[in-house]
Amino acid sequence: MPDAAPGPLTLFEKVWRRHLVLERDGQALLYIDRHFAHEGSFHAFEKLRASGRRVIAPGQTFGVADHYVPTRDRARPIPNPEIANMVDMLGRNTAENGIRLFGLDDPGQGIVHVIGPEQGLTQPGLTIVCGDSHTSTHGAFGALAFGIGASEVAHVLATQCLWQKRPKTLRITIDGRLHPGVAAKDVILAVISRIGANGGTGHIVEYAGEAIRGLSMEGRMTICNMSIEAGAKAGMIAPDETTFAYLKGRPFAPAGEAWERAVADWRGLASDEGARFDREVRLHSDEIAPMVTWGTSPEEALPVTALVPDPASESDPARRAQVERSLSYMGLVPGQKLSEVTVDRIFIGSCTNSRIEDLRAAAAILRGRRSAVPGIVSPGSSAVKRMAEAEGLDRVFTAAGLEWRDSGCSMCVGMNGDLVPAGERCASTSNRNFPGRQGPNARTHLMSPAMAAAAAVTGRLTDVRGLTVGEAA
Amino acid sequence: MEPFTVLTSRAVPLDIANVDTDQLIPARFLKKPRSSGYDNYLLYDLRFDEAGAPRPDFVLNRPEYRGAKIVVTGPNFGCGSSREGAVYALVDAGIRCVIAASFGDIFFNNAPKNGLLPVVLPPDQVAEVRAALDGACAELTVDLQAQEVRGPGFAFRFDIDPFRREGLLKGIDEIDLTLQYRERIEAFRADYLAERPWAGVRG
Ligand code: SF4
Repeated sequence: MPDAAPGPLTLFEKVWRRHLVLERDGQALLYIDRHFAHEGSFHAFEKLRASGRRVIAPGQTFGVADHYVPTRDRARPIPNPEIANMVDMLGRNTAENGIRLFGLDDPGQGIVHVIGPEQGLTQPGLTIVCGDSHTSTHGAFGALAFGIGASEVAHVLATQCLWQKRPKTLRITIDGRLHPGVAAKDVILAVISRIGANGGTGHIVEYAGEAIRGLSMEGRMTICNMSIEAGAKAGMIAPDETTFAYLKGRPFAPAGEAWERAVADWRGLASDEGARFDREVRLHSDEIAPMVTWGTSPEEALPVTALVPDPASESDPARRAQVERSLSYMGLVPGQKLSEVTVDRIFIGSCTNSRIEDLRAAAAILRGRRSAVPGIVSPGSSAVKRMAEAEGLDRVFTAAGLEWRDSGCSMCVGMNGDLVPAGERCASTSNRNFPGRQGPNARTHLMSPAMAAAAAVTGRLTDVRGLTVGEAA
Repeated sequence: MEPFTVLTSRAVPLDIANVDTDQLIPARFLKKPRSSGYDNYLLYDLRFDEAGAPRPDFVLNRPEYRGAKIVVTGPNFGCGSSREGAVYALVDAGIRCVIAASFGDIFFNNAPKNGLLPVVLPPDQVAEVRAALDGACAELTVDLQAQEVRGPGFAFRFDIDPFRREGLLKGIDEIDLTLQYRERIEAFRADYLAERPWAGVRG
């Protein structure tokens, strides 16, 4: 129950308190505003069916076909029966329970963390969950949004609530303006390499500071998206004029008088002056250069100008073994220049970097150039795809020799069959460089869309800043 | 759900940090129905070679650890994807407890809902527990009632919040528990939407 005089509150605390139904044995029962279900939710629907329960608030759940959808030949049936079954099951489970589905043929189809905001379903101050860890993306709007497992999905379907232990708060402030050639992806990779892949465990991260305020919603989503790669439960950014301008007029956003009331409320969500965070981390934009990962955890990231690390210089034996493991998987040599590492293909897509601004950034580098390696570009939603085509970006990519695909999770996770062949090295705008993530024995280097485009042009990891200068000269 | 009280078993050391859920169960197996059993998919790409033959040197394949119900591993275990299949794979392979210095949050939440107990100990204590597993193949006891991990020469207390402990000890179904509060939830929802009508889904 809210205290009488709460004192200054953080953004997170404000959203938490307005959703607190009750507390018991150190856990809070939170009311959930929005729930997204993708193909992987079949375990939860099965669980519900087996226990004879029903979906209590079908209007608050939205089905999204993204993880298994093909990114080409959509007019034809999906050839792999197991994959087809995943997409069909989502259709059946949503239809049987009266849930709105953004299915394969829907003009609004796309990756769940792209279309939630695009449809205006994602709004400041809401609680949003999905059986997907990158649900943290939606926190860019000042929502409390986090990924859950199948048991929790079933719990939300049956009760529209969740039991949660109250997380701690961590504020990450990025001072200064980002330098040219430095993107939101570089910021978040720099943050994760600083605090570690478990640096945010048990915490909600609020991103603040001049660099964050200066980002578009697309950039803010990229940052919040990868909060989970620092182990954080969620990332949040206080809503402001940028947020409201993005949301206004979207299909599910409030309209008319409701819009005015909503914005007035949302303005009050920002952390109060003097609000206390359990931890604080500060970085300056001067410290942030274009980044690439060299290992098999997103924390293993360095500026592209750096050298591949040498395990011998690690004093902690566990850490040394970890670096050795990563280098052996990645096929890299200590001391090698990162900018001399050749790549076999590129992937531009995923819920981290597939929005219109991302495609524009990649196209700006690729315009009038050829890609030295094969690669695919998968827009984050069918709407992004239409917008990109209207701007002629698709022709930039195809003229460069890259494949222009339909929208889905695609090569981020390869569930639909878009895989990086074993042993190949991929420059990817996705979020995970885990062993096997893009396919068995595939080697992933994470980077921004402009950096992936630069890697395409030269066929190796490349500092995009040099390339831009080269083009202008 | 099967209750968890006291577990005594062999334990297997998995000396890797940041074991993510993509490694625990690679994405290509997530299409499988649970009824088929997920035990074979556990850590698949580490356990099996490209031809599908077991790698004899991988710790889970070594005879001395066969039948282990406890895993002792590096920090940040279960990070990454929210896939509960990672927990299913462990549980279906007979694992009931994982001991580590830290866990991915979502994995940590998923595990107890399937009767799998994640135990957090400080890094030096994890190292001590780990040291007991070399060669002689010690048995460990994980006592949820007493909140203790016991082995040859040590007994370490661990923390767990009372809600989870109770749920595991009694094998409580959380949905049943929540539905007992149905009227309070309904009343909450009515007040919430009266105060912020725009927060409801617009048609
Ligand atoms: S694009 Fe990748 S990270 Fe994002 S939801 Fe899809 S599989 Fe998950």
